[in-house]
Amino acid sequence: MPDPDLKTRPLSPHLTIYRPQINSVTSIFHRVTGVGLVLAAVLVVWWLVAASSGAAYFGFVDGLLTSWIGFLVLGGSLWALWYHFCTGVRHLVWDTGAGYGMTVVTGSGWVVVGASVLLTAATLLAFCA
Amino acid sequence: MDYRTDRQRALGLGASGEGSQHWWSQRVSSIALVILTPLFLWIYVPLLGADHADVRQAFGHPFRAIAGILFIMVLFHHLRQGLQVVIEDYVHNRPVLTALTIGSTLFCWAFGVTGVFAIASMAFGR
Repeated sequence: MPDPDLKTRPLSPHLTIYRPQINSVTSIFHRVTGVGLVLAAVLVVWWLVAASSGAAYFGFVDGLLTSWIGFLVLGGSLWALWYHFCTGVRHLVWDTGAGYGMTVVTGSGWVVVGASVLLTAATLLAFCA
Repeated sequence: MDYRTDRQRALGLGASGEGSQHWWSQRVSSIALVILTPLFLWIYVPLLGADHADVRQAFGHPFRAIAGILFIMVLFHHLRQGLQVVIEDYVHNRPVLTALTIGSTLFCWAFGVTGVFAIASMAFGR
């Protein structure tokens, strides 16, 4: 018979026990950036609605998004977008059954982190410099 | 030992009742976004901070409008699917889980359709 008192049953070691590793951290951040990008998606739609409205309202929203606080939020969103993009591609490769060796997983984890930073910098340089 | 009936095994829909449909749809939308995301950034980031008349003018171009509409549609579809997975993984209270799933679905449809309408209205020169 299973123990009906769930509270007294031992639990397996969970997140707080383990030392952070590149494979667990990239996985967690894939989710965090995915959920965080909800905010960026809302801002994009807000900007589109403003553009389809009058010039005055567009000026207000566009001005807000191009201010320094808007730059911080959109710049952070840009990194989150590229990061989620890179880890997403990594997941698609995994879905083919490839890239599961421990050395490959560790290597691709660092590649994904580096690529997200490079792509963010390249996008900023291409459009804002 | 397999406790499923022959019929359930033949249907292949598993405990979720929808088989691999959600998983597969999420892969298809992510492959679409691999193409659409760089396209969206390339077309739309230069319009940020531009003159309002120039922005409206830019949306008159069918390529920009179609790429934008495709991006918004697939983005919110993918977002809804992703949020559903996260909610199912971390929310174990059934009524809260149901409420959050319905809420995130309505949110994604509302913002997705609003974004598509905004682009379309500019594309058709309203």
